Amino acid sequence: MTATELNVLRDSAKAKLTAGSASGPAARIVVGYATCGIAAGAKPVLESLKKELADLGLTNVSVEEVGCIGMCQYEPIVEVYTPGAEKVTYVKMTAGRAARVVSSHIANGKVVAEYTIGAATGEAPEGGVIPLSETAFYKKQRRAALRNCGVINPESLEDYIAMDGYQALAKALTSMQPGDVIQVLKDSGLRGRGGGGFPTGTKWSFTAAQPPGKKYVVCNADEGDPGAFMDRSVLEGDPHSVVEAMALCGFATGSDEGYVYVRAEYPIAVLHLEKAIADARAAGLLGKNILGTDFSFDLHIRLGAGAFVCGEETALMTSIEGNRGEPRPRPPYPAIKGLFGKPTTENNVETFANVPQIILRGAEHFNCVGTEKSKGTKVFALGGKITNTGLVEIPMGTTLREIIEEIGGGIPNGKRFKAAQTGGPSGGCIPEALIDTPVDYDNLSAIGSMMGSGGLIVMDEDNCMVDMARFFLDFTVDESCGKCNPCRIGTKRMMELLEKITEGNATLEDLDKLEELAYHIKENSLCGLGQTAPNPVLANMRHFRDEFVAHVVEKKCRAGVCKALLNYYIIPEKCKGCTACKRVCPVNAITGNVKEPHVINTDLCIKCGACQATCKFGAIIKQ
Amino acid sequence: MVKKVSKLPFRGTPDQAAQLEAVIAEHKSDPSQLMAVMQKAQAIYGYLPYEVQVMIADGMEIPLEKVYGVSTFYAQFALSPAGKYAISVCLGTACYVRGAQAVFDHLQELLGIGPGECTEDGLFSLEACRCIGACGLAPVMMINSEVYGNLTPEKLEGILAKYRD
Ligand SMILES: Cc1cc2nc3c(=O)[nH]c(=O)nc-3n(C[C@H](O)[C@H](O)[C@H](O)COP(=O)(O)O)c2cc1C
Ligand code: SF4
Ligand code: FES
Repeated sequence: MTATELNVLRDSAKAKLTAGSASGPAARIVVGYATCGIAAGAKPVLESLKKELADLGLTNVSVEEVGCIGMCQYEPIVEVYTPGAEKVTYVKMTAGRAARVVSSHIANGKVVAEYTIGAATGEAPEGGVIPLSETAFYKKQRRAALRNCGVINPESLEDYIAMDGYQALAKALTSMQPGDVIQVLKDSGLRGRGGGGFPTGTKWSFTAAQPPGKKYVVCNADEGDPGAFMDRSVLEGDPHSVVEAMALCGFATGSDEGYVYVRAEYPIAVLHLEKAIADARAAGLLGKNILGTDFSFDLHIRLGAGAFVCGEETALMTSIEGNRGEPRPRPPYPAIKGLFGKPTTENNVETFANVPQIILRGAEHFNCVGTEKSKGTKVFALGGKITNTGLVEIPMGTTLREIIEEIGGGIPNGKRFKAAQTGGPSGGCIPEALIDTPVDYDNLSAIGSMMGSGGLIVMDEDNCMVDMARFFLDFTVDESCGKCNPCRIGTKRMMELLEKITEGNATLEDLDKLEELAYHIKENSLCGLGQTAPNPVLANMRHFRDEFVAHVVEKKCRAGVCKALLNYYIIPEKCKGCTACKRVCPVNAITGNVKEPHVINTDLCIKCGACQATCKFGAIIKQ
Repeated sequence: MVKKVSKLPFRGTPDQAAQLEAVIAEHKSDPSQLMAVMQKAQAIYGYLPYEVQVMIADGMEIPLEKVYGVSTFYAQFALSPAGKYAISVCLGTACYVRGAQAVFDHLQELLGIGPGECTEDGLFSLEACRCIGACGLAPVMMINSEVYGNLTPEKLEGILAKYRD
């Protein structure tokens, strides 16, 4: 295909995607069909849509599987595009609801208001409909990296081309020099979305400056943060954007070969990516003489096998080479000596996903939002104790409060917000006092957390911050590659100290020891894993020191999480003296007469919780 | 990472060996494909017993200690067989803050096995994993490729029962 042919294809593909156009369908129905959608039951919904359309003889309606629409909480989601009308978003769909949407909305033009997003969130007036873009969840978002996710069929090259796909590559190959591409990226202010936030244009310029010869482009799709799934959504929902960006990187840096290193736990992402690469190759958008120019570039996929440290750039390259994924000392940096010993440019999935639009529309299109040093938007995977879990893309500089309270809909079940965690096992918790902080790289680092790859986990009063510190450290102890001592041995010793605290056996001196050890590990570890492993502990000790002290001095876990510190207690005012708890206690720790408040002997109690589960009056609590 | 190594006798079939040989033949020229070969071997045998690692080492002409080094480094490589129904409970952050540990603990009680183990009848094996990307449904677990979300300890018995008969 040549650049001119690409334009022709784009115009015809665009028409085909547009409901009501001469060559398009009368209506277009899309079903969120990423991992989360399927897990929530999208399959029977899809089947029901197809069956009902067939039964009613509605052949000119297209039904497509698309990537993550973003609102995990409301899956399965179905969206309907009809000519001249706003897109309608139906949530919490079932096979039955799907059939009704077809018979009412598609066949008779009557939107089923009660299934729409506005009804589910209570934002639409009774019986009315509001577009998704006007819900609190969506209003403050701006979709750049995710612009095609949930909109196009990720398995269709034509759909991607309809959305101006591969236009950036065509523009670069036909009218730009490699140096121009890098300059636009530098001007855009794009910084790496994989955690470190290194300026992408500068990174590319390092590899470009190496003498001509074999060079590689590597995409980091290892997404190790346990609680984040931005990169998965991009690969599942818009794989071509990464393919196009990697080819652009190849052009800019003088490389003809790239690798995508994907987590093996993401089978759908791998499938979509494989298809995207094969389709692009068949269309002449990868391989030899791309778009009829003399630029050649091809891609391979390598599967990870479940090792967090392989997200670290040098470990990732060691792993692609077929070894245990242990990091290498830097320098030499990958730009000089990377994959197979050759100059290598390595970027994160979301970083790449931003590139084509920047090249196509210019630096200002990207950096018109953001803060002074952090431009553009960032995708977050919002999870934990929050009403709207899901994927959100917000302009840099949005405050945590806006994300949690407005977009996320606040904390469910009337509980109190306690902390938000960003940066995964390398980051830290952010307490309530700091939730008006505008989110960008530098602000988050300044308050002891970090941007990380985009996991944002919300915790409420029922989460214990000592236990959370232990949780993250448990993860790093498990994932340390063992190459260097501070990390391998040090994190284990920190873990033992934390366990002592959660079990009520620690002294205040242990808290100081823990801190000292943490700084020692940060300073002396070889790679980023060890250098950041103590962060969750340090951040929690800094912002929630009183909780640590309570565990040590009062031997109390106020959140009621640390089992060793909990005591079951019967509230005398609520106890009716029914004796149910007394009968169920396996160690006879409960005493009391019929119709009189009972008492638990905490010395005998083995904390099995049987009494609490039995009590019909809610009289037994943990404290 | 500590791994449980199976002590069960190796029961590979000639058919499986032929499949593995074909995979090795395809990738033999490129030692960087070692992990891919091991992934495919695991798909063929269900796990990577010692005997299979020897076959890979010999076939790829890579020292056995390197193959063993790789198989013990990555969590995904199993050195003991999984049950007919492999249960994997997500202990990712989003699941953890919503009570995944209680779910995991209760499953261990119900099945009478610990993480990395298989029930005596070979029906269930249990392990923990980190984020399968369904955080919106947290806490979640997978039984083979089926995802179960919004779990509570009380729901587990009913889910297991479906697989028991
Ligand atoms: C322990 C560790 C784990 C990491 N995991 C990831 C990851 O899963 N995905 C990722 O893109 N970057 C990860 N990184 C950051 C990479 O080393 C690298 O900085 C990044 O991929 C560069 O791409 P970017 O400039 O586009 O952000 C990790 C770093 C460390 C130290
Ligand atoms: S810091 Fe930890 S993960 Fe990194 S090289 Fe050292 S032992 Fe391995
Ligand atoms: S943390 Fe469990 S699915 Fe993401």
